[in-house]
Amino acid sequence: MSTATQLLRFITAGSVDDGKSTLIGRLLHDSKSIFEDQLSAISRTSEKRGMAAVDLSLLTDGLQAEREQGITIDVAYRYFATPKRKFIIGDTPGHEQYTRNMVTAASTANLVVILVDARKGVLVQTRRHTYLASLVGIPHIVLAVNKMDMVDYAEARFNEICTEYLAFAAQLGLHNVTCVPLSALVGDMLVERGDNLNWYQGTTLMDLLESIEIDHDVNTTDFRYPVQWVCRPQTGEYHDFRGFMGRIEAGEVSVGDEITVLPSGRTSRVKGIVTYDGKLQTAYAPQSITITLTDEIDISRGDMFVKADCLPTVAKEFEAMLCWLSETPLDKNRKYLVKHTTRTAKCLFSSIDYRVDVNTLEQHANPTVNMNDIAHVAMKVQQPLVFDHYQRNRAGGSFVVIDEATNNTVAAGMIV
Amino acid sequence: MSNPGFTHLDALESESIHIMREVAAECKNPALLFSGGKDSIVMLRLAEKAFRPCRFPFPLVHIDTGHNFPEVIATRDRLAAGLGERLIVRTLEDSIKKGTIVLKSETQSRNVFQSVTLLETIAEFGFDACMGGARRDEEKARAKERIFSFRDEFGQWDPKNQRPELWDLYNTRVHPGENIRVFPISNWTEMDIWQYIEREKLVIPSIYYAHEREVIQRAGGLMPVSKLVQPLPGETVIKKTVRFRTVGDITCTCPVQSHARNAQEIIEETAVTRITERGATRMDDQTSEASMELRKKEGYF
Ligand SMILES: Nc1nc2c(ncn2[C@@H]2O[C@H](COP(=O)(O)OP(=O)(O)O)[C@@H](O)[C@H]2O)c(=O)[nH]1
Ligand SMILES: [Mg+2]
Repeated sequence: MSTATQLLRFITAGSVDDGKSTLIGRLLHDSKSIFEDQLSAISRTSEKRGMAAVDLSLLTDGLQAEREQGITIDVAYRYFATPKRKFIIGDTPGHEQYTRNMVTAASTANLVVILVDARKGVLVQTRRHTYLASLVGIPHIVLAVNKMDMVDYAEARFNEICTEYLAFAAQLGLHNVTCVPLSALVGDMLVERGDNLNWYQGTTLMDLLESIEIDHDVNTTDFRYPVQWVCRPQTGEYHDFRGFMGRIEAGEVSVGDEITVLPSGRTSRVKGIVTYDGKLQTAYAPQSITITLTDEIDISRGDMFVKADCLPTVAKEFEAMLCWLSETPLDKNRKYLVKHTTRTAKCLFSSIDYRVDVNTLEQHANPTVNMNDIAHVAMKVQQPLVFDHYQRNRAGGSFVVIDEATNNTVAAGMIV
Repeated sequence: MSNPGFTHLDALESESIHIMREVAAECKNPALLFSGGKDSIVMLRLAEKAFRPCRFPFPLVHIDTGHNFPEVIATRDRLAAGLGERLIVRTLEDSIKKGTIVLKSETQSRNVFQSVTLLETIAEFGFDACMGGARRDEEKARAKERIFSFRDEFGQWDPKNQRPELWDLYNTRVHPGENIRVFPISNWTEMDIWQYIEREKLVIPSIYYAHEREVIQRAGGLMPVSKLVQPLPGETVIKKTVRFRTVGDITCTCPVQSHARNAQEIIEETAVTRITERGATRMDDQTSEASMELRKKEGYF
């Protein structure tokens, strides 16, 4: 546990009662990440509710209200580590009204485990979660066919579900899907293989989580460096120091590289890559660093350093897929704020082209956008944004919309 | 090319630095809550990584219960002075004098009252953002809290009405009188903290390492004997080799038996321990299954 090296973020998605909480509880339990006091607290609760066995789903059901109602109402984060990796799990709810929570948790995930109940197979909700996963661009998808114990561990049933699912995923352009049969309740094929699924040749869910290759989940080619903060100590040895602090969102940068500052278009060269731990020759996404330049040019927060061989788009108009998160519907007559990289600007919606029915994937011409709606829109911003298409670079193509009146985050957007 | 040798600690560190810089850039008057405990010492190192060679663009703030371990207060003062950063200390005593905190007894746990003094300090300085070292792995309610956690004028957290938090695009906007709590190490676990302390060679208060201490066996745990905690009739004082996994109010922080004398040994112990950090050490969380959630709603960190 002490030598974990890589960090993998994943989420679980599925309909109510498909077994998400049980699966997470089981992963934590079987990887010895559950502590005795947690276990005794949930076994007391299980007993109080008259359950025969300890209900592992209670581990992730955090808040008082949901303990009372016995449902998951928000995104909860869980942590565990194995000798190979540290994991961050986002447990997202399966209820219809909480699409926004899935999108929220999905936005930072490397991988999603989509659960189906082996008895029920691929449902409307399964399609919806898969669509959302593709929309938010989660790099890896695992279809977990759960409750195999309820279908006599039948290989034919598993194959039937996988075939149907893979066909649907292919329609969405998803080819990075792995299917695993399991029983979260019994523990088969999660951490241990168990004795009931011997016909299955693939790896356990845990093996998959530990070994799936995630180095290229961030864009490693197109250098993108939004300036967060300008550091000017103006004292002693640092009298003339001007450091541009930020995090590399994509690609890499080396000392001596020529960079372009957008939106101004001025160019300069990287003089130094400064960190608390010393100077670097090269730095990569997603490192937080400080860059110094050879030329004195006017640069402030919101500017972006890029390289001339892979330029992003600089524009005041763009199209996006929007997930509306607020109870108050989108108002086309109003101005909102858009926060994109380190830039915040006033914006308006010049058109709402269509809404996607997340269950059927049909497009509807529909002028109203309500909470949990996914819509294709055209937007205008007051100052130009420096952006990429979301599918090419998640960090360069994502934005949130903020309502200035309430200061709430009302939408998540992906530039298309 | 991808980043060779980039570990989970590097990933967590970079995320935390990014969060601190967003706070500095977008909030008008932020503060870093600093207690001298291990998590806040990690926060201090992260702030150095985020802002050096510049000064921190915020002061350090400690809400002192008056019931702290002396070793922790000494570390707090030494670190703040060593960094040359501004430290603001406000004490529960101030609020008690003002009458905004009314204690039932001198030895009562003061953790619950910290929120009163914190809110008064926020009002005094007009802070719009307070960064704290809370982690999601500490407690069930925290597991659901956002990194940028919005509070109303009463400092209250509404778990059902949290702002969605997507990608690394944090919404830092507040109306006058409102503020946000920011938790840059939300995604760190107890293990990550110890690995980082070891990697960065951070100096933390000696009570985190195994030492001999007079304790009383009480309510299934060990209570450290101090001016405020004395044996009741029938209890005996015993000497044990212990360390603290968390450090809070001296009246409700219990040590665990341990022989781990350095960070590496604690990492090894943490890897096999079967009890959670707060479960082992905090009487204040065990009052009811939902006690942290209730305190948070009242403006606790
Ligand atoms: N038979 C069987 N029951 C399961 C399995 N996984 C979960 N369950 C049960 O299904 C119910 C719902 O599980 P839960 O984890 O709360 O589902 P969630 O709503 O997706 O979080 C509970 O009663 C579980 O015990 C499984 O693999 N086999
Ligand atoms: Mg659940």
